[in-house]
Amino acid sequence: MKIALFATCIVDAMYPEVAIATTRILERLGHTVSFPERQACCGQMHINSGKFHDAYPVVRNHVLAFENAAWDYAVAPSGSCVASLGHQHPMIARYNDDESLAGRAADIADRTYELCHFLTDICGISDAAEALGSYFPHTVAYHPSCHGMRILRLGDRQRDLLASVEGLELAEIQNESECCGFGGTFAVKNPAISGAMLGDKTEAIVSTNAEVCSGGDVSCLMHIGGGLSRTRRLIPAESNAPATVHLARILASTKEEPLMVPAEGATVTGGALR
Amino acid sequence: MTTRDIDVTLPRETHNDRTMLGMPTVPGRGNLREVAPFQEASAHESQNVQLRTNLRNATHSIQDKRDQRVAEMPDWEQLRDAGEAIKSDVIARLPELLEQFEAAFTARGGHVHWARDADEANDIIAGLVEDNARVNEQGRRDVIKVKSMATQETGLNEALADRGIDALETDLAELIVQLGNDLPSHILVPAIHRNREEIRRIFLRGMDDVDPDLDSQPAHLAEASRKHLRRRFLSADVAVSGANFGIADTGTLSVVESEGNGRMCVTLPKTLITLMGIEKLLPSFGDLEVFMQLLPRSSTGERMNPYSSFWTGVADSDGPENVHVVLLDNGRTRALADEHGREALHCIRCSACMNVCPVYQRSGGHAYGSVYPGPIGAILTPLLTGVDEAENGTLPYASSLCGACFDACPVKIDIPTMLTRLRAQDDEVNHGEKIPRTQLDAALKGAKWMMSDGRRMNLIGKALPIAHITTPSEGMTDLPGIGGKWTGTRDIPQPPKSSFRSWWKDNRDE
Repeated sequence: MKIALFATCIVDAMYPEVAIATTRILERLGHTVSFPERQACCGQMHINSGKFHDAYPVVRNHVLAFENAAWDYAVAPSGSCVASLGHQHPMIARYNDDESLAGRAADIADRTYELCHFLTDICGISDAAEALGSYFPHTVAYHPSCHGMRILRLGDRQRDLLASVEGLELAEIQNESECCGFGGTFAVKNPAISGAMLGDKTEAIVSTNAEVCSGGDVSCLMHIGGGLSRTRRLIPAESNAPATVHLARILASTKEEPLMVPAEGATVTGGALR
Repeated sequence: MTTRDIDVTLPRETHNDRTMLGMPTVPGRGNLREVAPFQEASAHESQNVQLRTNLRNATHSIQDKRDQRVAEMPDWEQLRDAGEAIKSDVIARLPELLEQFEAAFTARGGHVHWARDADEANDIIAGLVEDNARVNEQGRRDVIKVKSMATQETGLNEALADRGIDALETDLAELIVQLGNDLPSHILVPAIHRNREEIRRIFLRGMDDVDPDLDSQPAHLAEASRKHLRRRFLSADVAVSGANFGIADTGTLSVVESEGNGRMCVTLPKTLITLMGIEKLLPSFGDLEVFMQLLPRSSTGERMNPYSSFWTGVADSDGPENVHVVLLDNGRTRALADEHGREALHCIRCSACMNVCPVYQRSGGHAYGSVYPGPIGAILTPLLTGVDEAENGTLPYASSLCGACFDACPVKIDIPTMLTRLRAQDDEVNHGEKIPRTQLDAALKGAKWMMSDGRRMNLIGKALPIAHITTPSEGMTDLPGIGGKWTGTRDIPQPPKSSFRSWWKDNRDE
C-alpha cells in the first residue's frame, strides 16, 4: 500500500528517530512510504489554546499537504495528533466559515491512523516479534496517552504490540490511565498543577524499576522524560530513573540493529533515548 | 418573571458563537465568580499537603466504588445515551415543559415563583419565610435546609441572615462547612477537604450543645450532629430544599440523598420552599427510570441512594400544607443561548467528573472560585456568568483536556470540547487579534507562521545543528520567561543534530 507519513511537528524537529523508525517499520512490511513535504503540524497547540483563527491556516496547510499526494492511508506515530485531525479539524474549518475544508479535512482524518492502530487493524499484526522481527530485551513501563485512550479508543493495541516484542517485559505503572499533566500549553499556563501531576507520574514510573518508559506520543514522553531527567539530576538515590522512548523505536529494534539502552549511570541525553 | 420572558428561540449559528439573537442575557450572580485566577489559587492550594492527601484518598475511594457499580451494568452506555437524549429534549423544549410543570404544580395546590437571578430568588424565599416562620426568643426566624447546590449558588444563607433568618444546613457535610465558616469544596462531598480531626474541632467550636469530650470517631461525630439537628427538625416551621428533578407532566419535585435528613425537612415543617434551576426538569415520571440508575452510581457509587423523596402538591394531614417552588434562571438562559455550551445544562450534579479529574484532585474545589468546581464548574461557571467577566477567563484553561471527565459523565457532556470552545471565546474577548498580550500569545503567533507551511519548517531544521551544540547534553534546565514555567519542574531535552525532514531529503528523496 501507499502510505503517507504524517511525521508531526514535534517528531520532525525534536525526535526525528521516531519518524525514521516508523518509516522502517512500514517499509519492512512492504509498503511504499512517502513524506508530503508541505506538512507541518496538526494545529492542536493553537486549537487547545483557543486560537481558533490562528489554527485555521495550520489546519488548511495540513489538508493541502495531504490531499495533493496519492496514498491509501496516512500514518502518524502520535495518537494525539491523529485525534486532532478527526476531532478538531472540521470544527476549526467551520468556525472559520469554510465548509469545504471541513469535508476535506474529515476525509483525510478518516484515512489517517495512529501507528499501532494501523499495524493491528489494517495490517492485522498481533505479534510484533513475528511480523516485524521486533527485539528489545528490557523492562518497559508503558504509559497510555490520554488522546489515544479516550478519543481514538486504542484500547490495548499499543500495550499488546509492545508485549509481543521478543525479550520485552512490561511493567505496570500505578494509576497508568491518569494524565501526565502535559496538556500542551496547560503545562505552562498552570505549571504548579501540571508539575504536581508530573511528580506523581514520575514517582509511579520510578517505582516500577523499569529500564525505559515508553508510549505512543512524544509530547507526553518529552514531558515525562523532562521530569525523570530532573529527578535523576537532583535525587542521587533515583539516578536510575528510566529514560523515555517512543514505542515505534522499540518495534523497529531488531537483533541485527538493536536499540541500545545505556548502562546504569551513563548519560542519557535529552531525557529520551537517542 | 413569567415563562414568556424566557424566549428560547435558538440563535442562528454565528461566527464567534457569542451573538445571542432574541435572548435575554441575564448573567448569573451569587457564589459563581472566581475571586482569584485559577492558576494562582490552584498553585496556592496544591501546596497544602494535607488537602491533597484528603482529596486523593476521598476521590479515589469514590471513583473505585463508582467503577465497580458501573461495571455491573451491561447497558451502561445505552443508559448514558438515554440520559443524554432525554436531557437534549428537555433543553430543546424548555419553555413548553416549564409551563406544563407550572400548570401541574399549581393544579395540585403548589405555588410557583420565577426568579431571573440570585437576588430575586433570595428575596422571594426570604419573603416566604417571613410570612410563614415564627419569630424566636432572639427576635430571629429559623429555617432548616436540605443540601442544595442552587441555594449555594445564590448565596441564600447569607441573604437570609441579613434579613434576620438563620438557615441551618442539615446535610452532615454541609453542616461541617457551615459551622466552619467555610465554602463547599465538592458538590457531593462539600467537606471532602476536611479530615476527622478537623471536623471534631469544627464541631467543638461551632455546636452549642456538643459533648466537650467528643473524639474523632466517625460514629461519635455523626451522633453529635444527629442530636444537634433532631431538635431543630421538630421545631422548624419552614424548610428550604433544592431539587434533583422536577417532573413536568405531574408537577412532582424530588430530592435524592443518603442520610434521611432531607426527608425530615421535606415532611415535618408546615411550609416547604424548593429552589430549582429551570434545567432540572424531566418530561415525565417514566424518565426517572434512567436517571435513578445513572445518578447514584455516578455520584456515590451506590446502586441506589438510601432516600428518594418525591412530593406532588399538598395533601390533607400529610406533609407540608404550604408548598412553593422558585424556578431559577440565574444565567441558565444565557448558557442556553450558547449553541455549543447549552449541553452543560444537561448536568445532573453527580460529581463524577471532579472525582476523576487529575486537576481537581490536586487543586481542590476552592481554587475554582465558584460553587461549581472541577471540570463541569470550569465550563458551567463561565457559561452562567460570561467568559467576558475577566475573572472567569482562566477557568476554561484549568484542564489538561485529558478527557477523563467526558468518559465519566453519565449524560455524556463533552466537557473537553466545550473547554476548548470557551478558550476560543476568551481569546476573542480578552486577548484580541492584533497585539499579543502575553509571551505565550506571541509565541503562538510565531508558531502559526511556522506551522502553516511545511517549507518554513526547514528553518527549524537549519537551526538544529547550532541548537544541538549550544544545548548541554542534559538538556535545558533553567530557561527565562515563559520557558521557565516549563523548566521550573522539568528539563527540555537537547535538540537533535538534524530534523526528520533533512533525513528524508538525504535518505529517501530521489
